[in-house]
Amino acid sequence: MDQKNIRNFAIIAHIDHGKSTLADRLIQRCGGLEEREMKQQVLDSMDIERERGITIKAQTVRLEYKSKSGEMYQLNLMDTPGHVDFAYEVSRSLASCEGSLLVVDATQGVEAQTLANVYQAIDNNHEIITVINKIDLPAADIERVSQQVEDVIGLDASEAVPVSAKSGIGIDDLLEAVVARLPAPKGDPNAPLKALLVDSWYDSYLGVVILVRVIDGEIKKGQKIKFMNAKAVRDVERVGMFTPKPVLIDRLGPGEMGFITAAVKDISDTQVGDTITTEKHGADTTLPGFKPSIPMVFCSLFPVDNGEFDKLRDSLGKLALNDASLHYEPESSQALGLGFRCGFLGLLHMEIIQERLTREFDLDLIPTAPSVVYKIHMTNGDVIDLYNPVDLPDVVKIKMIEEPMIKATILVPDEYLGGLLQLCQERRGTQIDLTYAGNRAMLVYRLPLNEVVFDFYDRLKSISRGYASFDYQLDGYVENDLVRMDILVNNEPVDALSMIVHRSQAEYRGRGMCERLKDLIPRQLFKIAIQAAIGGKIIARESLSAMRKDVTAKCYGGDISRKRKLLDKQKEGKKKMRQYGSVEIPQSAFIAALKMGDDKK
Amino acid sequence: MSNDIPLALYFHWPYCLSKCPYCDFNSHVAASVDHERWRKAYRAEIETLHHQFPDRVISSVFFGGGTPSLMEAHTIAQITGDIARLWGLGDDVEVTLEANPTSTEAAKFADFKAAGINRVSIGVQALNDPDLKALGRHHSAAEALEAVAIARRLFERFSFDLIYTRSGHTLKAWEAELRAALPHADGGHMSLYQLTIEAGTQFQTLYDSGRLTIPEDDLAAQFYDLTAAVMEDAGMPAYEISNYAKAGQESRHNLAYWTYADYAGIGPGAHGRLTFYGGPNAQDAQAAAAHTRIATRAHKAPDIWLKTILDVPQGSTAGAPASAPYSAFQNPEILTPLMQFEEMMMMGLRLRRGVDLDAVHARTGIDPKDHLNHAAIAALCADGYITQNGTIIALTAKGMPVLNAVLRAILL
Ligand SMILES: Nc1nc2c(ncn2[C@@H]2O[C@H](COP(=O)(O)OP(=O)(O)OP(=O)(O)O)[C@@H](O)[C@H]2O)c(=O)[nH]1
Ligand code: SF4
Ligand SMILES: [Mg+2]
Repeated sequence: MDQKNIRNFAIIAHIDHGKSTLADRLIQRCGGLEEREMKQQVLDSMDIERERGITIKAQTVRLEYKSKSGEMYQLNLMDTPGHVDFAYEVSRSLASCEGSLLVVDATQGVEAQTLANVYQAIDNNHEIITVINKIDLPAADIERVSQQVEDVIGLDASEAVPVSAKSGIGIDDLLEAVVARLPAPKGDPNAPLKALLVDSWYDSYLGVVILVRVIDGEIKKGQKIKFMNAKAVRDVERVGMFTPKPVLIDRLGPGEMGFITAAVKDISDTQVGDTITTEKHGADTTLPGFKPSIPMVFCSLFPVDNGEFDKLRDSLGKLALNDASLHYEPESSQALGLGFRCGFLGLLHMEIIQERLTREFDLDLIPTAPSVVYKIHMTNGDVIDLYNPVDLPDVVKIKMIEEPMIKATILVPDEYLGGLLQLCQERRGTQIDLTYAGNRAMLVYRLPLNEVVFDFYDRLKSISRGYASFDYQLDGYVENDLVRMDILVNNEPVDALSMIVHRSQAEYRGRGMCERLKDLIPRQLFKIAIQAAIGGKIIARESLSAMRKDVTAKCYGGDISRKRKLLDKQKEGKKKMRQYGSVEIPQSAFIAALKMGDDKK
Repeated sequence: MSNDIPLALYFHWPYCLSKCPYCDFNSHVAASVDHERWRKAYRAEIETLHHQFPDRVISSVFFGGGTPSLMEAHTIAQITGDIARLWGLGDDVEVTLEANPTSTEAAKFADFKAAGINRVSIGVQALNDPDLKALGRHHSAAEALEAVAIARRLFERFSFDLIYTRSGHTLKAWEAELRAALPHADGGHMSLYQLTIEAGTQFQTLYDSGRLTIPEDDLAAQFYDLTAAVMEDAGMPAYEISNYAKAGQESRHNLAYWTYADYAGIGPGAHGRLTFYGGPNAQDAQAAAAHTRIATRAHKAPDIWLKTILDVPQGSTAGAPASAPYSAFQNPEILTPLMQFEEMMMMGLRLRRGVDLDAVHARTGIDPKDHLNHAAIAALCADGYITQNGTIIALTAKGMPVLNAVLRAILL
C-alpha cells in the first residue's frame, strides 16, 4: 500500500486504563475479526494475561480502515502493556511507529505510567492523540481529566477524543482522528531493505517468528536477508501479517509491519533492535535499534530436580527469545545445586517468568529472594558487581559498598499523602519534589532500589487503597552501610537465604525471616534454632519446638498398603528436601520464605 | 512346609445404619440386604481360601465393618461352622465381633455367642449424648453402657472403643469421661482413638471450611499423654498406639496385624497378607523353600464383590472347583522383601514391645544393618523416643505419638 495511507501507532496508557479493550473495538470496527471470534481483550492471548487481566506482551495488528472520505487505510496498531515492569515492551513498540494513542481513564485521570509513557512517546517524536476512555462510567469526569492532561502532561486537551472502549462510543471519531492527525511513514521504496527487528518468539507450528517494521525497501518471500548485528544470513520462508489471525502475504513494503519466518535455529540470531537488510546490495548503516534493557531485580532459579538443569536452560532460552528484557546466567549454590541467576525489570516480571517456566515448561523451581546489584569497592581498588549476596567477599577486604538508587514518581490523592511520605521515609528515601495538580500530589523520591524490590508496591497500594500509582527509573549508585545477613538453621547457614541489607534494617529483617521460617519449617523430633546473623553475630533468633504428634491413630483391618505407600511418598519427598545438618527444609518452605522480604509488617 | 502355620481370618460386613461423619471405612448404607446371598458368598470364599491354604491353623477370627452386629447370627454361625469343618476351630481361638451398642444390637449378643462369638468389641465412642449425636451415633451413653454390661455378662473377653480429642473436648472432660468408663471395662481391654480428620469424610468438609475444630498437635499430644497415664494407673497400659489392656487381654487378632503374621481378608475391601510357601505348584525342594508374600485387597463395592464371587460362569458355590481362585487374589500385589521389611517395621513399632530386628531379618531376608539409619536410631535413643535392647527396638511413651516421624527418620 502507498505509504501515505499507512498509519503505525502504539496504544499506551497506565495499567488498566483500557488499551486492550480499545484495541478490541478498533479490530471490531475494522472487521479484523468476525463477531463470533471476538472476545474481551482478544490480543491478550497468553493464559497468564487472561487470568490476570493484564497485558504482558505487546501485540501488533494490521487493520484495514475505510475512512469517511472513502479512502482505504492500512492501520498497524500495537497494543502495549501498562505495568512498569513491561516498559521495555512499550519502548520497543514506540520506536517502531510514528504515533501514539495515549489512553487516559476518565475515572482515574493521569497516573504515573501515563506520564512515563507519554514522555517516551515524545522522545520518539510521536504525534500523540489523547483518548479519554471509559466515559460510559458514571464516575467519569472528562472535564477534570482534560484539565490534568493539560496541567500535568502539557498536551492540548481540546483535541482529546472521548470514547468508551467498552461500549464503542467515539470509536469512529477516533479512527478519523488517527488517519487525519497521525503522520504517514516516509520510507524510501527504492532504497536497500532496512527493517527493524521488533520482536521474536517461538511458535510450535511456525518455528521462530520475527516481527518486523520495514523502514525502506521491501522484504519478500525467498529473499536472502542479513541480520546486520548478528551477522547471520537466512532465506525468508514466509511473510505475513496479523489481522490479528496470522495471514500469509508476499511482501512487506516500506512503512509496513508484519512477520517473517526465516529458518532461524539459533536464538541468538534474532536480537531485538537488529536491522534486517538484503544479503546483496544491502544497506550499509544500521538503524539506531533499541536501548538495551537494564535488569533491576535479580533472583536465582534452581530446578527442584537437579536433572532438569538443561531443561531449565532451554526453557529460559525460549522465554528470552520472546522477552528481550529477561537476562540469565548459570550459577551454582551449595544448598540448591546448579541453576541460573536471572535479571528482571521488576517483581511482577519476575513472578510472571517464574510462573511461565512452571506452567509452560512444566518445571519445578526454587526461586531465591529477589535482590539488586551492588557495587563492591575493594581495598585494592577493584570494583566488583555483586549479583548474589552469597558471593560477598570477606568484609576486611571491602572498602565500601554502593547500592543502586531509583528516582520514583508517585501520584496520589492528597488524603493518602501522609502515609506515603512515611513509607518513603521508612524505606530510606529522600524527597526530591512534591507538587500538586488539583487534589493530587506528585511526589518524587530518591530511594534505594533494594527497599523497593521487596514489598514496596504492595504497601503503596494498601496505604493508598489502590489509588497511588508509581513509576521509577534507575538513578545511580550511593554508598551505604550495607551488610550481609545470613540465616542459620540449626547453626548451618542456608546460602540461598542470605541477603544484603542496610545495617539499620538488619535486625528487623532478620527477625521477620526467622519468624517466618519458624512457621514454615515443619517441626522435627528435636528443637531447632533459627537465627539471623551478621558476620558471626546473632541478631535475631527463634526456636521451633519439637513435634509432639505424628501418628496414625487407627490401623484398621490390616490396611497396611496405604500406610506403606504414604511412608514411601514421604521418603520420596525427602529427596526433594534439601538437608541442613539434620533439618529438612521442604521446598515449599523455601519458596514461601523467599517470596517476600518482610510482609510481616 | 505350610503345615501348622497360623492364619488369622477377617470378615468384612460393609453395611451400617447410617454413615458416621468421621468414618472413612468401607461402610455403606443399603435399603435392603440379601443375607442369603452374603452367606453364599462368604461360604464360597472360605472354601476357595481353604483350597489354597488347607493346612493352616486358624489363630483368630474377626468380624469387622461396617457394622457386623447387623449381620444375622445365622450367618456368623454358618461362617464359624465352615471354618470348624474345614480347618478346625479350637475353643480357645479368639472370635471377635465388632458391635454398635444400640439396644437392638445388644439384644442379639446372646445369639452371637451361640453362633461362636467369644469376644465383642463395642463402639461406645463417647459417654455424653450431645457428643454421640455430633459423632452421628444412634445410641445414647446409657444404652452403650447397657450394651457393655450385657457383653460383660455374656463374654469372658470384650473391649470397647472411645474417641477423644473431639470438637470442644477439654483435658479435664476427657479425664473424667475416661475414669468413668474404666469400671465398665472390667480391667480388660479398651481402644482409645484420637479423632482424626480423614479424607472424603463429612468431618473433613466441615473442618476444611472452618466449621469444625478439634484439639491439634500440642494439645492432642497432651491428651495422649494423659490417656497413657490414666490407663497405666488403671492397670491397662498401652500395648499399641491406641490399644490398652491388662496383660493377657490384648486382641489376638489385631496382634496378627502388628506382628505381621498371615491374615486373609474376606468381604468387600478386606485386606490380606498371605505367604505362599514354595508357591502353589512347587516342583522341587528349592522352590518349596522359597516363599512369596502377597498383599490382597478385595473389591470395595459390596455389589461387585458379591457378583465376582457368585456370578462366575460355572458358578460352583458348593465345593470349590479346583481352579477357582479366592476372589481377593484377583489383584494381588507381590511384596518385595524390602516392602515386607518396611511393613514389618511399621506395624511392629506400633506395639509397645517393639520389633526384634533378628526376627525381621529372618522373616524378610532384609538385613536391618543395611536398611536402617543407625545414626538416627542412636539419636532417637538419646532423645528418648525409642529404646534399643539388644536386637529389640521399641518406642517409648514419648515416641508413641510421633511414630510416623520416627519411621521416616529410621527407614532408609
Ligand atoms: N466501563 C468501562 N470499562 C472499561 C472500558 N475500557 C476498559 N474497561 C475495563 O477496564 C479494565 C482494564 O481494561 P484493559 O483493556 O485490560 O486495560 P489495559 O490498559 O489493556 O490493561 P494492561 O494491559 O494490563 O495495562 C477491564 O476490566 C475492562 O473491561 C470502558 O470504556 N468502559
Ligand atoms: S458405624 Fe462404624 S463403620 Fe459404620 S459408619 Fe459409623 S464408624 Fe463407620
Ligand atoms: Mg492490556
